[in-house]
Formats: sequence, structure tokens, C-alpha cells
Amino acid sequence: MTTTTPSLAIKDTPHRAPWGRWGIKSAAFTYLIVLLLIPLSVIFQDGLKDGLVNLWGSISLPIAWAALRLTLWTSALMAVINAVMGTLTAYVLVRYSFPGKSFLNAIVDLPLAIPTLVTGVMLVVLYGPQSIIGGWFKDQLGWQIIFAPPGIILALLFVNFPFVVRAVQPVLESLDRESEEAAATLGAGSARIFWQVTLPALWSSIASGALLSFARAIGEFGAIVIVAGNIPFRSQTAAIYVFGEVESSNRQGASAMSIVMLSLAFVLVLFVDWLRKRGRKERTA
Amino acid sequence: MTTASEHSTQVKPVTQHRGRISSPIDIWRRRLLIFIVITYTAVLILAPLVGLISGAFAEGLGGIISAVSDPAVFSAFSLTLYIAFIIIVIHALFGTTLAWVLVRYRFPGRRLLNAFIDLPFAVSPVVVGYMLLLLFGRNGMLAPVLDLFQIKVAFAVPGMILATLFVTLPFMAREVMPVLEAFGIEQEQAAATLGANGWQTFWMVTFPALRWGFIYGVILTFARALGEFGAVLVVGGGIQGRTETATLFIFRALDGRQYVGAYSAALLLGLLSLILVVGTEFLRRREK
Repeated sequence: MTTTTPSLAIKDTPHRAPWGRWGIKSAAFTYLIVLLLIPLSVIFQDGLKDGLVNLWGSISLPIAWAALRLTLWTSALMAVINAVMGTLTAYVLVRYSFPGKSFLNAIVDLPLAIPTLVTGVMLVVLYGPQSIIGGWFKDQLGWQIIFAPPGIILALLFVNFPFVVRAVQPVLESLDRESEEAAATLGAGSARIFWQVTLPALWSSIASGALLSFARAIGEFGAIVIVAGNIPFRSQTAAIYVFGEVESSNRQGASAMSIVMLSLAFVLVLFVDWLRKRGRKERTA
Repeated sequence: MTTASEHSTQVKPVTQHRGRISSPIDIWRRRLLIFIVITYTAVLILAPLVGLISGAFAEGLGGIISAVSDPAVFSAFSLTLYIAFIIIVIHALFGTTLAWVLVRYRFPGRRLLNAFIDLPFAVSPVVVGYMLLLLFGRNGMLAPVLDLFQIKVAFAVPGMILATLFVTLPFMAREVMPVLEAFGIEQEQAAATLGANGWQTFWMVTFPALRWGFIYGVILTFARALGEFGAVLVVGGGIQGRTETATLFIFRALDGRQYVGAYSAALLLGLLSLILVVGTEFLRRREK
């Protein structure tokens, strides 16, 4: 970097000698390369060394395919419910004041503080076949929650609850109320104002929160392994499948599924990042 | 209920009240929405919490105390705390450095790198553990080197530390970066013109401003490290007394149908991380 003007000279102050700058930079890069990049590339190297045909062969095994399908549909359903309820929660928290509001606001972060394994344990205690509620659902309605997809979805909803709320809340707070008030003076009802004025401004934040929770749900293990109980074709998700393959030393199956999950994670994380940047641009424009 | 009348096109008595529009329908809709949200959070989040507490107390307080005083619980929690402490030391140092580099320096690929940091949020913990096995396992890529120097990483504590480091990577940078961005560089420049060197400027000007972001990052990292399960299970193997952390103990206790033991340990672990996170949030609010 060339420093010509005096003001820039201060920015590149003598107190940060070039070697110090390079030292800091290389420390940060080494940290990322050792912790993230090397492990990630090893898995791609291992899974792809036998070629894409073998990779496809491992994924298209009925048991692997069923696990992947179960993971994707439960995660997608969770993301949709989470998007609706998260937006609603954010709306209520920002726009209304009521007793217990700050308590509710604190509860939103609770799932972040609780280990996911503990979440799984909690759900089994509450909805498991031996519990009162779980027993009632099973006897009266014939619904099984634990060791079945509903339990998986509940666990995913619990673990991912904060993400949509915390994505939408700040945007809603900073939202200009003028256009809503203008719509109201023009005679629009508040339902119409919400659908036509407020919601369009929130889309990108809702989508980024929901997609982030979707991405996390695909890899979720701790909460699900307890709740789902690892029954192939019925409640075995992709993460549990990988765990089983690792335990039984089936390297090919584990690597193939891991690559699929990692690729999804890559794409989703980049997309969420793009959505966030777009949202920020929209707001400042 | 109220939703049926929403569709009527008749003119509603709209009153502007402190910039808020309220008609009877709005009031009912408002009550309905608050009711839905409270019910949802109560059923989804609070009910399981209450369930766990009552499950742990199934044999009374005595049951919890005798379950928790099991030496296996003690060694599992000690290992968890030991790993978590090492994690926060490494991440506090390098995570802050990384935040600094991403905020203050401009270089090609910075944007991509910034998005890349969030990846551990989305990568399955099982896959994290498996990646480390591929590197450090018995037939792993680095096995010859490890054998040569007689270092054991997989199915041992170093592997578990690496796995937890991966999983907790984003927190520090994500907490420190926004504070560093908001702080700007004017005060640092002022300090520099007054003759302070790099370290003096950092410790006396920048770091005090970053304090809360830093502390919150450390606490979140610590809480997340306490609760890590999938990655340490795969890479550590959960060998009782050697690589069994608190979460792995809970898992084993559940498998062995020692329910009170599992629920008590889960409650203890949950409370520990909860107190940490809620306590820090409380302190931060009071500071403001």
C-alpha cells in the first residue's frame, strides 16, 4: 500500500510495522487453515478419490437415500414453521408491549445456551412413551412423537428457534413506520398493511434466518440422536447415518454422505451471506 | 374468531393513538397474536425444561445428589471444563486476531473468508468428528507422522479439543467484529499521534472498547464447548474415565437406563451454560 497523503500516513502508522501486520495476518490465516480448511479438504479428498460414480453409488443405497430424504423434508418443514412463528414472535416482541415481554425476549435465546443433547433428553422426558403426555398421545390419538418424525421436527424447532426471531427483530425495529402510517391514512386495514407494506420489507431477513436454521437442521445430531432413536428408513437422519457408518468403519458410506452434507452447508452459508448483504443494501438504499 | 371480521370492507373506526392505530379488531388481533406466541414458546421451550426438572427430581433431591456425586460424573464434568478452558484461551487469542484482520485489513478473498467463518454453524458435528478421524485416525492421513512421534490424537483429548475448536470457531470473531467495526480507528490514530506504540494502543485504547464483545464471545464459546456432543463422541469414542465428557456421560447413562443420573447431569449441564449466558447478558445490560 502506498502512502502519499499525510492522513493516510497516520492510518498506516509507524506503530504497526509491516512485519507486525504480516505476523497478525499470517496468524489469522494459519488459524483458519489448520482448524477449518485442512479437515474440510481431507473429507473431499477421501470421498472423491474413488470417483463420482462410487460417490453416487454410496448415496443411492436405499438406506442412505432414505436418511437423506428424511433429513431434508423434516428440516424443510421445520424451516417453514420456524419462519412463520419466528416472524410472528419478532413482530409481537417489537410492536406490542405486554407483561412478561422481557421474559419472552430472554427465552428466545434459551436454546442457544442449552446443549443440544440436553434438548433431546428434555423432549424424551416430556413426550417419550413412558411420560404422561407421550402416553396420552399414543393411546388416545395413536401418534408416536418420540422415535418418529414429529419428535425430530420438535427437536429441530427447539434448537433453531432463535434464528428467525433474531434475524427479523432488528430489521423490524429499524423499519421506517412512515410508509405503514401512510397506508393507514389511505384507509388500509392493519392486516393489509402487514401483508403489503411490512412483510415485503422483511422478506430477506426472514429468508436468511429460515435458511440458516435449515442449514443447521441438516447437520443436527445431539438433539436428534436421542429423540429419533436410529431406526433405519423411519427415523434415521443423515447425521445419524454418518455416525453409524463411522462406527461400523464403512469409510466410503460415511465420506459420501458427509460430502453431500458439507456441500449443502457450503451453498446455504454462502446464500445466507448473500441474502444478508442484500438486505443491508436494501435498507441503506 | 376475529379473523372472520377482517375481511369485511366496511370502514373501521381508526383512531391515531400515539402513532399506533387501534380499533377493536386490532386489539383482539393483538391479543390473539400475543397468545399464540406465548403458547408456542411455552409448549416448545418451557414445557420440556419443566419436564427435565421434574424428571430429575423423580426420586427427590436425594436422588439427584447421589446421582451427581457418582465419580464418573465428576471426572466427566472435569474433562468438559478442562477442554472448555483450553478452547477459550485459543479462541480468545486467535479469534480476536481473526476479527481484527477481517475488519481492518483489505485483501482479495476477504468477503468469501468472512462467509466461510460461519461454516461451522452449518457443518454437522458428526462430520467434524469424522474429518478428524480421517486425518488422525489409525488409518488416517497423518497416522505415520503421529506414530513416529508417539502422539495420540484420535480417541484422546487432543482430538476432542480440535473437534471442539472447529465447532466453536465462529463465536469469537462474530462477537468481536461488529464492536470493532463500530469503534472505528479515530481514537487509535489519536493515540498513535501522541506517540503510543502498537501494543500500547491496542491494550489501552482498542481493547477496553472491545471488552463486552470479547467477554460475550468468550462466554458463548465456553457455553458451546460445554455442550458439544457429536464431534467429541466420534473423535473421542467416549471411553469411560478417559475421553468421557459431561454430554457423553449423559448419553451413556441414558443408554444404560440410568434415567435419574442422566436427567440430573443434563440439568446440571444445562444450568451451567444457562447461568453463564444469562449472567453475561445481565451484566452487559447493566453496563449499558
